[in-house]
Formats: sequence, C-alpha cells, structure tokens
Amino acid sequence: MTTRTISSFARARGLGAAGHGTSHWWALRVSAVALVPLVLWLAVALAGGAAADHARLTSWLAAPLNSVLMILLLAAGFHHTALGLQVIAEDYIHSGARFAAAGVIQLACIAGAAAGIVAVLRIASGA
Amino acid sequence: MPRPRPKSPNMQNYRPQLTSVLSFGHRLSGVALSLGAFGLAGWLAAGASGPEAFGAAQALLLSTFGRAVLFLITLALFYHLCNGIRHLVWDNVRGFELREIYLGGWAVVGASLILTLAFWAWGLA
Repeated sequence: MTTRTISSFARARGLGAAGHGTSHWWALRVSAVALVPLVLWLAVALAGGAAADHARLTSWLAAPLNSVLMILLLAAGFHHTALGLQVIAEDYIHSGARFAAAGVIQLACIAGAAAGIVAVLRIASGA
Repeated sequence: MPRPRPKSPNMQNYRPQLTSVLSFGHRLSGVALSLGAFGLAGWLAAGASGPEAFGAAQALLLSTFGRAVLFLITLALFYHLCNGIRHLVWDNVRGFELREIYLGGWAVVGASLILTLAFWAWGLA
C-alpha cells in the first residue's frame, strides 16, 4: 500500500513541502565536491610552511592563484558550513527556535566569509 | 491530552556500532570544522592587520593548547573529507552492501588517521 503525501502535480514538479525541492541537498554536494581539492591545497600549503611567518603568509597569499583559491575556499567552505549547520539545527531543535537558529547560522556564515575574503584582498593588495 | 510522540534521535537506547558512530562523527566533525572556518577567517584577518597581530595569532595557535585544538581540527578535517567522499559514493547508489559499508567505514577511519599523522609529520619536519 502506498500513501500519497503530495499531489501528482507537486510530485511532478519535484519541489516537496518546503517548495525548493532538492536545492539544499544539491548545493551541499556541489560545495562538498569543490571543497575536496581546495582543502587539500590548503593542507599541502600549510604543511609546507606557506604561513610560517607573516612575510611568507603575505607573499604566498599575494600570488594571484593563491588568493583566488583562498577566496574560493572561504566561499565554498562557509556556504557548506551554513547548509550543514542548518540541517543539524532542523534535526535537533524541535521548537520554533530552529528558524531563529537557521537565520543566525546564515548571517554568521556570510559575516565569516566576508571577513575572510576582505582579509585575503587586503593581503593581496599589500594594504 | 495525547502523549507527545517520541523525538529522534533516541541515543539512550541505541547500541553504538561503526555505522552510527561514524555517522555521528560526520556531524560532530562538521560542527568542529564550522568553528575552524571562523578560526581560518580570524587568522587571515590577523594576517591582514600586520605582523604584530599575526604574531599574536601564531603564538596562540602554536601554544600547547593551540596545537591540541589544531590537531583535533585537522583530524576533523581529514575525517570529514574522507567520509564526505564516502557519502558522495553513496549518492551515486553504490556501496550499499553491508560488507561494503563496513569496509568503507574502516577505510575512512584508517585514511583519516594516516592523513592527519602525515600532515603533522610533514608540517613539523
């Protein structure tokens, strides 16, 4: 026996109860795939002493490829963080506070990404 | 008044096994890496502020406490990376036989430990 929980039209559109379908799940996967090479790049650079002191950090991050990769890492990383933490909040917070939590998570992640990206740009421009 | 329905997760009557422990570990390491992401942004901001602020950040990170936190963050990173790849394999509807699930689980445990130790061995060399 099957229980129909959504109309055929809604099923065909594939958007589900929240109205945005699999977009959250898919964005989590896309950002995850992007993060695989980016975190490996950071781990290799840091283990190799790219940021052993301030002079090496600035010369390393001022190289265009490195500033681009660090900005991509911050963007993908904080996007993945916001998506992942929201799922955890939705699973474990059973009251309406989960909506507030989702908002706080998203704002904090946008702020973190902005702070990190601005720092990279300041280092890259030698400011 | 109707009795409220039980809420998931019911950890108190759930016997730990590799699959559930690794699943919870994925979330726990994700939360740790969330803090790590803010740490990375703060560390970069210190670097942008100048040698003095960066030196203070480095002194904090390279203290015994800082190194212990960094070790746990790298362990969380490599575990979440390896287990995340395991999840991506599952997303392609592969590896769902019980034997494959345990094999993949132990492979993730081994790989994340080896990567973490290799990172620190290389970094300290």
